[in-house]
Amino acid sequence: MLYNPPHPAETKILTRRFGLPNSESLDTYLANDGYKAFLKATGMTSEQIVDEVKISNLRGRGGAGFPAGMKWSFVPRQSPKPKYIVVNADESEPGTCKDRVLMENDPHQLIEGVLIAGKVIDAHRGWIYIRGEYRYLIDIMDRAIDEAYKNGYLGRNIRGTGFDFELSTHTGAGAYECGEESALLESLEGKRGIPRIRPPFPAVSGAFQCPTILNNVETFCAVPSIILHGGQKFADVGVPKAGGTRLLCLSGHINTPGVYEIPLGFPMMRAINELGGGMLGGRKLKAVVPGGSSCPILKAEECDINMDYDSMAKAKTMLGSGGMVVLDETTDMVQFALRIMRFYQHESCGWCIPCREGTLWLRKLLTRLNQGIGTSDDISMVRELAGNMLGRTFCPLGDAAAMPTISIVEKFRDEFEARLARPASSRMPAPGDLVSIA
Amino acid sequence: MTFSQETEARFERLLSSYPEGRHRAALIPMLMYAQDEVGLVTQELKEEVARRCGVTPLQVDEVVGYYTMLRSKPMGKTHLQICTNISCLLRGGDKLWDQACHKLGIGHNEVTADGAVSLEEVECIGACSWAPAIQVNYDFRHNVTPDQLDKLMDQLRGAQ
Ligand SMILES: Cc1cc2nc3c(=O)[nH]c(=O)nc-3n(C[C@H](O)[C@H](O)[C@H](O)COP(=O)(O)O)c2cc1C
Ligand code: FES
Repeated sequence: MLYNPPHPAETKILTRRFGLPNSESLDTYLANDGYKAFLKATGMTSEQIVDEVKISNLRGRGGAGFPAGMKWSFVPRQSPKPKYIVVNADESEPGTCKDRVLMENDPHQLIEGVLIAGKVIDAHRGWIYIRGEYRYLIDIMDRAIDEAYKNGYLGRNIRGTGFDFELSTHTGAGAYECGEESALLESLEGKRGIPRIRPPFPAVSGAFQCPTILNNVETFCAVPSIILHGGQKFADVGVPKAGGTRLLCLSGHINTPGVYEIPLGFPMMRAINELGGGMLGGRKLKAVVPGGSSCPILKAEECDINMDYDSMAKAKTMLGSGGMVVLDETTDMVQFALRIMRFYQHESCGWCIPCREGTLWLRKLLTRLNQGIGTSDDISMVRELAGNMLGRTFCPLGDAAAMPTISIVEKFRDEFEARLARPASSRMPAPGDLVSIA
Repeated sequence: MTFSQETEARFERLLSSYPEGRHRAALIPMLMYAQDEVGLVTQELKEEVARRCGVTPLQVDEVVGYYTMLRSKPMGKTHLQICTNISCLLRGGDKLWDQACHKLGIGHNEVTADGAVSLEEVECIGACSWAPAIQVNYDFRHNVTPDQLDKLMDQLRGAQ
């Protein structure tokens, strides 16, 4: 099973069952508070459940950090249409690998979170949209779902409560854009993953044009603890306005990378030095990607910061998806910026022009700069082009590409200049990269 | 076209998993599971899946052209996927990629002449904390060293 040994600095709520024998089985789940929260929720009104989630200050863990309780309250419960629950398990933001450990080690916790959300809006059907590369996890979730059906935790009249719920997995097929909620819903319906115009938001018109609660895996996984122990207890773990813990995916140049559960507001330098075991080879810290590749990068001197939404916003970056990538002094920032742009250009769905063309032009410019070809004006052009994409694309993928690029060019411009000052490398650029963008 | 019992059972379950009249929703999963059995999305497969999901072959083409995991070209017996995205890059994923291209004599989305191995440079596969990571068909390999990759490639080439 994929998890790292618990670290004393962790606060284990969502991951507390990890490491128990057969932690993925229904028996282990039941022996450790499993499905008690759902049974408790069946004795509560929808308002009471939503209130607990609001009190908990749980914010979405998929990237945008929208308050979950508020999102749930937007669903028009009186609508005559069927209502649905959709789990976003597309996990494709570079640097992020937490939904994977949650589903692998404790699949029933996710099922229980979904059931409670279903109870709130009187939904009787849900899907877990899992990226295609995670086939073994689809098998794990399918087995857990089967087990739940067999033991009356899914299906008709769940455990005699009179509540019905059907749940299935749905595989993606390789597309980062399908993690974006509206593109995901298109994909779920058997189409290309192209974003929908909003409003209406999924809460009003989601899966199959019906009211839908759509959240990230980790968001749903937090719900059983919140209902069982009360929203206040969860809120108390974090900081004001952002409750509970988060799974931090630590990667890059550190000694002990891994997925760690920490309270919101945990200091970034402690994450590097304690959880991460310090910098690899004792080298110096250069920069941190705080929450997946789409977040603006922080320079070493900006990393003395607490990881909560407000502190991150003050530093002009985000907690994002929890994918924290640590870069040491040996990192080539021009190459790093190019690698990020290659990703977004490849994954742009092509629907809107600022994103489709913007990412391509930026990729070409950065490819040339990385080869030492171009002028100082080209560096400014990268900054300007990326700036022009911000807020002008159909979905936030364009922003996701622009934000890290702007921060890297602004904070590490000297490295781009130094690259140009060197004699151009002997490697000729590929013909496709030479196309003029002027 | 007929499929194995297991795949047929999956299809049956799929078709009952969506609201009435929304069989199109089963399209992408059905293509993925069928491709696992057939190896690629053939014309015959497109027509069969179109029939079962109640869509036109053109609507199947639309999604096959969009999703990178759906393939119209045969891959090798083993499909080797190497992540070079940021967390893997910092841990030598780009060097693993060069090493594989060099040793196998093929590039991105190409197959060795004997059909044993195909190679793909992939985007983040959700194994960043265990980088560099690769996938051998659907199996994850974590914290991969150049030595391990070398042995793996020898094995894959010798195995056919
Ligand atoms: C390009 C793009 C990719 C995204 N990928 C994911 C993803 O892989 N997983 C995820 O949960 N959210 C992803 N999101 C965020 C979702 O759109 C959505 O905000 C989230 O799933 C809502 O759940 P939450 O409120 O629980 O975070 C992505 C957003 C964008 C713009
Ligand atoms: S960057 Fe390689 S698995 Fe995430």
